[in-house]
Amino acid sequence: MQSINADIAIVGAGGAGLRTAIEAAQSNPDFTVALISKVYPMRSHTVAAEGGSAAVWQASDSFDLHFNDTVAGGDWLCEQDVVEYFVQHCPREMIQLEEWGCPWSRKSDGSINVRNFGGMKVARTWFAADKSGFHMLHTLFQTCLKYPQIKRFDEYFVLDLLVEDGRARGVVALNMMEGELVQIRANAVVFATGGAARVYRYNTNASIVSGEGMGIAFRKGVALRDMEFVQYHPTGLPGSGILITEASRGEGGVMLNKDGYRYLQDYGMGPETPLGQPKPKHMELGPRDKVSQAFWHEWRAGRTIPSPRGDVVHLDLRHLGKDRILERLPFIRELSMSYMGVDPIEAPIPVRPTAHYTMGGITTDACCETSIKGFFAVGECSSVGLHGANRLGSNSLAEIVVMGRLAGEKAAERAKEGGKVNDTALNALSSDVEKWFTGLQNQTGTESWAAIRDEMGLSMEEGCGIYRTEELMQKTIDTLAELKERVKRVNVADGSAVFNTNVLNLIEVMNGIEVAETMAHSAIKRRESRGAHQRLDEGCTERDDERFLKHSLAFYTPGGAPRIEYGAVKITKSQPAKRVYGAEGEAAKAEGKAEGKAGKSTAKKERGNG
Amino acid sequence: MADMNKMSLRVMRYNPERDDAPRMQGYDVPWDPSTSFLDALSYIKDTLDPSLSFRSSCRMAICGSCGVMINGVPKLACKTFLRDYPEGAAVEAMANFPVERDLVVDLTHFLEYIQTLKPYILGNQRRPEEGPNSQTPEQLAAFRKFSMCINCGLCYAACPQFGLNSGFLGPAALTLAQRYNLDSRDFGKAERMPHINKEKGGVWACTFVGYCSEVCPKHVDPASALQQCKVESALDFAAAVLNCTKKKEAGHGKQT
Repeated sequence: MQSINADIAIVGAGGAGLRTAIEAAQSNPDFTVALISKVYPMRSHTVAAEGGSAAVWQASDSFDLHFNDTVAGGDWLCEQDVVEYFVQHCPREMIQLEEWGCPWSRKSDGSINVRNFGGMKVARTWFAADKSGFHMLHTLFQTCLKYPQIKRFDEYFVLDLLVEDGRARGVVALNMMEGELVQIRANAVVFATGGAARVYRYNTNASIVSGEGMGIAFRKGVALRDMEFVQYHPTGLPGSGILITEASRGEGGVMLNKDGYRYLQDYGMGPETPLGQPKPKHMELGPRDKVSQAFWHEWRAGRTIPSPRGDVVHLDLRHLGKDRILERLPFIRELSMSYMGVDPIEAPIPVRPTAHYTMGGITTDACCETSIKGFFAVGECSSVGLHGANRLGSNSLAEIVVMGRLAGEKAAERAKEGGKVNDTALNALSSDVEKWFTGLQNQTGTESWAAIRDEMGLSMEEGCGIYRTEELMQKTIDTLAELKERVKRVNVADGSAVFNTNVLNLIEVMNGIEVAETMAHSAIKRRESRGAHQRLDEGCTERDDERFLKHSLAFYTPGGAPRIEYGAVKITKSQPAKRVYGAEGEAAKAEGKAEGKAGKSTAKKERGNG
Repeated sequence: MADMNKMSLRVMRYNPERDDAPRMQGYDVPWDPSTSFLDALSYIKDTLDPSLSFRSSCRMAICGSCGVMINGVPKLACKTFLRDYPEGAAVEAMANFPVERDLVVDLTHFLEYIQTLKPYILGNQRRPEEGPNSQTPEQLAAFRKFSMCINCGLCYAACPQFGLNSGFLGPAALTLAQRYNLDSRDFGKAERMPHINKEKGGVWACTFVGYCSEVCPKHVDPASALQQCKVESALDFAAAVLNCTKKKEAGHGKQT
């Protein structure tokens, strides 16, 4: 097997991977940075983010306000020291992107414009029309071309992480075009492999968002943290799940049920705000978990609109007028017209909640390093502790650059330490990976990976959807266990070397099942409702800080179901309080009770038993 | 799916380890008015023939992965719908690129050309601590359209010049160069112009057929970017001649 030496190996070349690579390259001009991805960088899913990226900017805003919105939005399951670091570094990173050429939308005087987003008290979302992720990704990709020491391995599929004597030493990857395996050795490895919402049948994610990074880390013994928290975005297109940005609501779009009624006022986000005057943290600018949950209740009450691809509600933008839609939401119009045949200037867009984002992921410390020395994780694949039980829109684009920079810096420090590499051991590990891969290529049987993938997706929708019950979660757990057996009987029998996506799709599904298992097992053991994890079974419908103000940690058990343990939540200055929006939020603010201003005395210490 | 109609598609297949040349294979796929060609290819791979290879990612026309030829016209598979081809259609790999396998082509040249033209901010030393550059909506509008390229390569599949001369930097790469040349924050034009001016691969190889703009799925209009490049290049050339004359005159002056 060919062996290539680098100082730092980064897996995944979306926004987080690219930002990490640039930082690592800048930190030491003598470093070789291997940037490895199963797709060309600009195909990464960052490209599909639409709305924008959070950073305190206006005079009326403050780091404390961004902190409070994030921690309350995450239902107090955030690592508060990480949130603190994050909010303080967001503005610098948005400016850095600007200086690298990102075409942020501007005010007429040439200064940066910001827009409203759900769950954010003050407008602080930097945006580039409704293609913010696209522009960030291309800006980062183009900027990375400036650094000759960033060596790209485009269309290399990483099969495993090399860990020797408790330290990350590189990866084994498949050159997809040649069909050859290669060892890419490095003294620091950073996973920036994205999320795993493709384990759900209906989701906003690109087909590549299948969770291998999480799967590999998990099998190496790193815990996957808070995996039960999967965000449903309230506005996806029915059937395809294509994302219709929250910025549609930030700009003033409204949600209507079958009677044309703005139903969010009935779910703690009212009172109704005047049309065309969106108000932060009210109505359509509520947080995603609550807006998605409101859809579910409307559906159960028979007030949604039947469609051939499931029930929908209407997202109405018409009152914004043609000019504002064309200026601020041109891509939304294009998507709605192409994929639904609906021009939002003329008619409301049919939407429904679809799986969107994995709040949890590979457990890291506040500096993005995992429990394996020299092995880092950053971006959606990671759980650095920023999002808690529910992520606020526009915090994830900010995360990939703020934490990407930090990961690059820290990985560079680790790489510098170097240490002695055990050549024989690494070759033996790589040889094991090769045997396993060859075995898969030649696997015969009667099952199809595509059928298993679809069954997994439907089962996750049923058991780990917007609302969960013990019974349905158990059913999903049983299904996943069965699929894990069936996947061993998938017929591949395809030894072709060049661009053999048949075997790679199988590997994606195998990892997906393991990741889905961590979600389902973490979910069933969390006997409370918090953020995106909402239960309907008795005794579990409320948040229970006494027992569950703690992170779940899913550990790999060879051949079996994941073992669930718990870890403490770092609480620095915001004590858990009731999460309130709309008028209730205003009232609580007046009384100084909510949003972390006050808390029960019992909650003042770190909790958890891990 | 039961009441869905079926449509016959012919799809290009090529496995370099087995086939001497690409061949077409027929598949019947179910469809309704929302079915895209990417949906159809995924159906084939999922249920009829898992060995079919093609690239895809976002399925919403923003990642640029799934460029193919549909009835000989460069298209994004995810943004082209079976409903518009009632007679069926042929799906082939993008023209003008070497085929690696089935619908997967080799994009190496294209990516190298993008890099050659230095598509990043040059000559601006501003640091984050100093705050963002000012840029008015008008200054943004000057280059915004050209910043919308998703690097799908359809314009290369459409370009007759790239077909004849694979050394031509091509529509998307030159458009990106023009995007930065027009950006009020950039001062790197002088570094890009030698590549744009280059005799064989530069902008003058473009014969302004305009097909690139026709097939662009994001309405970036590379043809107009290349026309602008030509004007810049002509001015650059004129300035170079003028400078040269001046230098000669100055040099002459010194000698006397």
